[in-house]
Amino acid sequence: MADLGVNIKDLYFKNPVLTASGTCGFGQEIADFVDLEKLGGVVMKGTTLKHREGNNYPRMAETPSGMLNAVGLQNKGVDNFVKNIYPTIKDVNSNFIVNVNGSTIEEYVELTERINELDKIPAIELNISCPNVKEGGMAFGVSCPSAEAVVKAVRAVYHKPLIVKLSPNVTNIAEIARAVEGQGADSVSLVNTFLGMAINAETRKPVLSTITGGLSGPAIKPIALRMVWQVAQAVKVPVIGMGGIMNATDAIEFMLAGATAVQVGTAIFIDPTIPVQIVDGINEYLERHQFSSVKEIIGAMQV
Amino acid sequence: MRKTIQELLLVENTQLNHDNFRLVLQSESELPEIFPGQFVNVEIKQATEIFLRRPFSILDVDREKKQFSLLVKILGRGSKVLTTYKAGEKISVIYPLGNGFTIPEKDDKILLIGGGSGVAPMLFLSKVCGLDPKQVHILLGARSNRDHIDISDYKQNGNFYFTTEDGSLGEKGFVTNHPVYKSELSGFDKIYTCGPNPMMKAVAADAAKSGAFCEVSLENMMACGFGVCLCCVEKTTSGHKCVCTDGPVFNIKDLTWQI
Ligand SMILES: Cc1cc2nc3c(=O)[nH]c(=O)nc-3n(C[C@H](O)[C@H](O)[C@H](O)COP(=O)(O)OP(=O)(O)OC[C@H]3O[C@@H](n4cnc5c(N)ncnc54)[C@H](O)[C@@H]3O)c2cc1C
Ligand SMILES: Cc1cc2nc3c(=O)[nH]c(=O)nc-3n(C[C@H](O)[C@H](O)[C@H](O)COP(=O)(O)O)c2cc1C
Ligand code: FES
Repeated sequence: MADLGVNIKDLYFKNPVLTASGTCGFGQEIADFVDLEKLGGVVMKGTTLKHREGNNYPRMAETPSGMLNAVGLQNKGVDNFVKNIYPTIKDVNSNFIVNVNGSTIEEYVELTERINELDKIPAIELNISCPNVKEGGMAFGVSCPSAEAVVKAVRAVYHKPLIVKLSPNVTNIAEIARAVEGQGADSVSLVNTFLGMAINAETRKPVLSTITGGLSGPAIKPIALRMVWQVAQAVKVPVIGMGGIMNATDAIEFMLAGATAVQVGTAIFIDPTIPVQIVDGINEYLERHQFSSVKEIIGAMQV
Repeated sequence: MRKTIQELLLVENTQLNHDNFRLVLQSESELPEIFPGQFVNVEIKQATEIFLRRPFSILDVDREKKQFSLLVKILGRGSKVLTTYKAGEKISVIYPLGNGFTIPEKDDKILLIGGGSGVAPMLFLSKVCGLDPKQVHILLGARSNRDHIDISDYKQNGNFYFTTEDGSLGEKGFVTNHPVYKSELSGFDKIYTCGPNPMMKAVAADAAKSGAFCEVSLENMMACGFGVCLCCVEKTTSGHKCVCTDGPVFNIKDLTWQI
């Protein structure tokens, strides 16, 4: 067995495979299928200060090798998280990361302070890249000054590892990554979904209630991979890569491009056991290529 | 209720009419407990355009043989590919999903109203309740006799009534035109329905008026089927609920259809 452990700052992950926010609920929803302790970590559903109903139905459209979603951060808010969700994960030996969302900087800060009180949450993922909410969300992640402002404010109150999730809907993602690194982000994760749309030609209507939505799945993988590579060149902090990872080979490609860890998202909808299969597949690859540690393949693409 | 993901063996694929097929799937291990109204999410391989799984209600269960069956109507790309699968092929299935119907009490008089492939969960319900077949009334609606799905193996479960829009089988018109429906709606202890939304909405409106207990089984575009994507929501009196985990069966009291 190769050493699969990786670190984000001082936070240790027993392997580099996490589930992506919004695709595994709060963890328990997939516990019938997978042993959560076999995963490096679980990034939980996007959480906001207050309860959010999310967008109207229809929220989903299938596309070739992918899907569009317009969930709009439906969640019951942080009080419900603390009271009802936190107790369900407290005794599970894995890294449960909260995906933090706000409409204003004040909301991001207040929510982060609440999460800071929870011992079992070792890190947060600051989502400045949700394409499906009208206020906040992606708006913060598409310009350097606004991204810097949120990260700076949150950094001032949060002292555990801070991961900032970037939007791919920008012309220069490496620039944004550098900007948030400059404000003290300990890691960047990318990519969130790509803004896309679907039309029903028969009815001549948009498929999604919101007209546009976020594209995920294998359809975005080559673009996500390119972005992870560009960002890994631009920053010193560890990069977490995602976008269309369906199997161990996909995950290894992201690590070769420079990712320290990966997140698996949409693949879970098709088979919730895929993240665990990817852990096994990475180990098999390392043994086959005689690497003793997974760290040896991070950024090891040979140009 | 533990959900599982399994590769099941397709042991039978029978064409029932021009666009409906019955697929019988066999598990190697004991089947989990399955309630009427629950569904499966089936992976459809071979076609790159079909990325997500497709949900289908459980039509029938044979615990001894470790088999259950699905009724598949060809609607689009995925269902079409599924109906071409041959016995002997393996199909990946996530099941059992959803909540299922409220099981009727022993002496309940019940009415099951199915439209199109919405007959699938109705028939399983009629079979497992263990009710006196005289108390079970099954009203099936279709466009025409040609769309009628052969349900001969269920005839012993209750009293059958049919409506077709063109009058080629049973009463002419919608299910809501049938005499058993028109005259007796408030005489049933429980009414269950699954089918096209306009049909279920009409039934729900009448049931609400007469104060009858009524559950509907909703369909919705699903990405995961087991509650993680939050794509499949229906508006309820207590906010957005997931059709795949809070449903697909809802009591009409909890829906906002009439509001
Ligand atoms: C809980 C549940 C139980 C169901 N039970 C049955 C059943 O027992 N028998 C049966 O034949 N069908 C059933 N359906 C409907 C079945 O899921 C769809 O017919 C199927 O997904 C269509 O896939 P497709 O690839 O053929 O269609 P596509 O080519 O993807 O789309 C064609 C059309 O099919 C419809 N459709 C697509 N996906 C869905 C979906 N997830 N739900 C509803 N409509 C959809 C849309 O109107 C779409 O425009 C059920 C659906 C749900 C949600
Ligand atoms: C249905 C759905 C809901 C999502 N919700 C969130 C969310 O709440 N917060 C977030 O940061 N990302 C969210 N995402 C984005 C994913 O975490 C991930 O960045 C994206 O889907 C790309 O990875 P994938 O192609 O492996 O799915 C969501 C994605 C999907 C498909
Ligand atoms: S289909 Fe994913 S939550 Fe219902």
